[in-house]
Amino acid sequence: MSFDDAYQALTDHDDDARWAYGTGFTDPLAGVPSEVPPEVDAADLASYCLMLGDDALILSHRLQEWVTRAPELEDELALANIALDLLGQARLLLTRAGQVLECSEDDLAFRRDTTDFRNVCLAERADGDFAALIARLFVLVSWRLAAFDRLTGSRDAMLAAIAAKGVKELTYHRDYAAQWVVRLGDGTALSHDRMATAISAVMPATAELFETHPVEERLAATGVAVDPASLRHEFNAVLSEVLTAARLWPVPFAAGTATYPPGRHRGSGGRDGLHTAGLTGVLVEMQSVARAVPGGVW
Amino acid sequence: MSAFDEAIARDQRVEPADDMPEGYRKTMIRQIAQHAHSEIIGMQPEGEWITRAPTLRRKAILLAKVQDEAGHGLYLYSAAETLGADRGDLTRRLIEGRQKYSSIFNYPTLSFADVGVIGWLVDGAAICNQVPLCRSSYGPYARAMIRICKEESFHQRQGYELLLTMMRGTDAQRAMVQESVDRWWWPSLMMFGPPDADSPNTAQSMAWKIKRHTNDELRQRFVDMTVPQAEALGVTLPDPELRFDAERGHYHFGQPDFEELRRVISGGGPMNEQRIARRRQADEDGAWVREAAAAHAAKLAEVAR
Amino acid sequence: MRHEWPLFEVFVRAKRGLNHVHVGSLRAADHEMALHHARDLYTRRNEGVSIWVVRSDQVATTDPGEKESFFEPSGDKVYRHPTHYTIPESVPHI
Repeated sequence: MSFDDAYQALTDHDDDARWAYGTGFTDPLAGVPSEVPPEVDAADLASYCLMLGDDALILSHRLQEWVTRAPELEDELALANIALDLLGQARLLLTRAGQVLECSEDDLAFRRDTTDFRNVCLAERADGDFAALIARLFVLVSWRLAAFDRLTGSRDAMLAAIAAKGVKELTYHRDYAAQWVVRLGDGTALSHDRMATAISAVMPATAELFETHPVEERLAATGVAVDPASLRHEFNAVLSEVLTAARLWPVPFAAGTATYPPGRHRGSGGRDGLHTAGLTGVLVEMQSVARAVPGGVW
Repeated sequence: MSAFDEAIARDQRVEPADDMPEGYRKTMIRQIAQHAHSEIIGMQPEGEWITRAPTLRRKAILLAKVQDEAGHGLYLYSAAETLGADRGDLTRRLIEGRQKYSSIFNYPTLSFADVGVIGWLVDGAAICNQVPLCRSSYGPYARAMIRICKEESFHQRQGYELLLTMMRGTDAQRAMVQESVDRWWWPSLMMFGPPDADSPNTAQSMAWKIKRHTNDELRQRFVDMTVPQAEALGVTLPDPELRFDAERGHYHFGQPDFEELRRVISGGGPMNEQRIARRRQADEDGAWVREAAAAHAAKLAEVAR
Repeated sequence: MRHEWPLFEVFVRAKRGLNHVHVGSLRAADHEMALHHARDLYTRRNEGVSIWVVRSDQVATTDPGEKESFFEPSGDKVYRHPTHYTIPESVPHI
C-alpha cells in the first residue's frame, strides 16, 4: 500500500489483508429447507420461534439503551456487539415465525401489542446499574446457550441452523458476562455488594425460564424444541462455577423459589403474554416511529 | 536541517519515538483528541434513534454505525496515546469542557429522517475532511484515518439509501426528509471550519503537512459533490444563492453564518450541555466499575507473584 | 489524571499464512479483558483469526537516535542478495 497516495490507498483492495479488513460475509441460512416437518404443528413452531425471538429482541433493546452510557468505551463496543448478535437472532427467528404466520419480521416486531409478545419477563426489566445489566445478561445468555446447544439437533432444519449460528455468539456473550461477574464480585467491597445485590434481584425471575410451556412440551416430544426444565442442571452448574469464582456463592435464597407480579402465578407469565410494565415501556419506544407513519417505507 | 524537517520535506511519516518540535506534538495531540471526542460525542445524536428505528434492518444498520463511531474514537485515542497523551486525561478535558469537538453534534435530531441526512451530509462532509488526513504527516494518525475512511464508506451510503427509500414513500415522509435537509445543510457547511481568512492555525498545519487542504477548498469540494446528489434525491438545498458557475467550474453558494459557528463551538449550541453531561454521567457512573476491574486485576497479579 | 486501566498493544492475524500485524492499542484491566476488547474493537468486520495483546509498558523499542548504528551497517552487504551473482542464462533452474 502506498502511504503517499491516500486516495489510491482507499481503493487498493488487493492489500486488505495487510490492514486486516474483513470480507467474506455469508448467509447462515443459505440452502436450508424452510418446509415445516410433516408431523410438526406449524402454529406451535411459530409460537416457539416467537418465544426465543422475542427474548432476543427485547434483551437487545435493553442493551441498546446502554449505548453512550457504558462504563468504558471498549465496553460500549462489546455491549453493542452483543446487542447486534441478539438482534440478528431475533430477526432470523421472527422471520421463521413469519414464514408460518405469513407476515414479515417487521410486522411481528412493530405491529404486535404487549400481550402478543412471548418473551420471558426477565428480558424486559430495566437495568438499575452495570451490575444489574451484567447479572441479567449472564443468566439469560447462560440459559439461552444451553437451549441453543440442544436446538442444533432440532428436527426443524431452519431452527437447527439458527441455533448453530447462535451458539457461537452466545458462547462469547456468556464469557463476557461471566468475566464481569467475577471482576465485580471479586473487585472492591462496593462492587462486591452491588454484584451480590444484582444477582439476588435477578435470581427469582429465572424461575420462569425453566417452566415448560405446553407449546414447548408438544414440540419437545417431536424433537423440534427443547424442554426448558431439562436445562436446569447445566444452568446451575455454570452459575455455581462462575459465582464461586466471584466469591458470590452460595446465593442467599432457596433454589427454585420465585416471586411473581400481582395477578400472576406459576405457569402464567411472559410466554403467555402476561408482562410487566417494563415491556409496555419498551414497546412504546420501539414502535413509536413505525406506528407514527402509516404506510411508511424505510 | 533536523531529521524532523527532512522527514516533512520528503513527505515521509513522523513516527511516535521520533524527535519532533513540541509545537507539532501539542498540535497533533489537540487535533487527534478533538477528532476522537467528535466521534464519541457524535454517537449521541443518532444513538437516540437506535431503540426507535422503524424496521429491524435499519435498527441493525444504525446500531452498527454508532458502534463504529465508538471504534473510530478509540482508534484515534490510541493514536493520541502514541504521542504521550493519556486517555484518562483527554476524557477529563472533554467532560470539563476544556477540549472541543465538532460543532455539528450540538444540533438535535428531531426525526428519523435525521439519521439519513446525517449519513448523507454530515458523514459526507466528514469524508471530505478525512480522506486528505489519510496523508497526515503523523504516521499513527494517518493509519487510523485510513482504517476509519474504509469503515465509513458504508455510513454515507446507508444514509443516502434511507433517504431514497423515504422519498419513494408517503407525502409525510418526503416532507420529513426536506425538513431535515433544511435543518442540516448549513451546519454541514460549517463543519469545514471558519473561512481561510479567519483560520489562524491553517498555515502552520499546512507547513507541517498535518493538514493538506484549506477549509474553503474542502467546503467547495463538498458542495460540488453534494448538489447533484440532492437533485437525484429530489430535495431542495436551502440556499437561494446556489447555482453552477460555469466560468469557475464550481457551484457558487451562500456564506454560512459563521457567527453561529463561533457561538456553537464555544458552548452556545442547542445541545452542548446535554452532550457533555451525558458523557460526564457515563464516566462518573462507570468509575466504580473501572476501579473494581483494576482491583481484581491487581489481586490476580498478586496471586501470580 | 491517568486512566484506571493500563494500555495494551494489539496484533491481529488476518488469516492463516500471514503474520500478526500491529493494529493499535486499547485500555483494559487485565489480559483477558484486553483480548475481549481487541476482538470487539479490531475485528468487527471479520478481520482476524488470531489476536495477540501485550502491555505497552512491556514493549522494548530501538532508539530512533541510534538508527544509523543499528540499521545502516546492513545496507552494504550486497552479496546477501541473489542479483549479486552472475550466472549464464543457459544454466537452468538457478
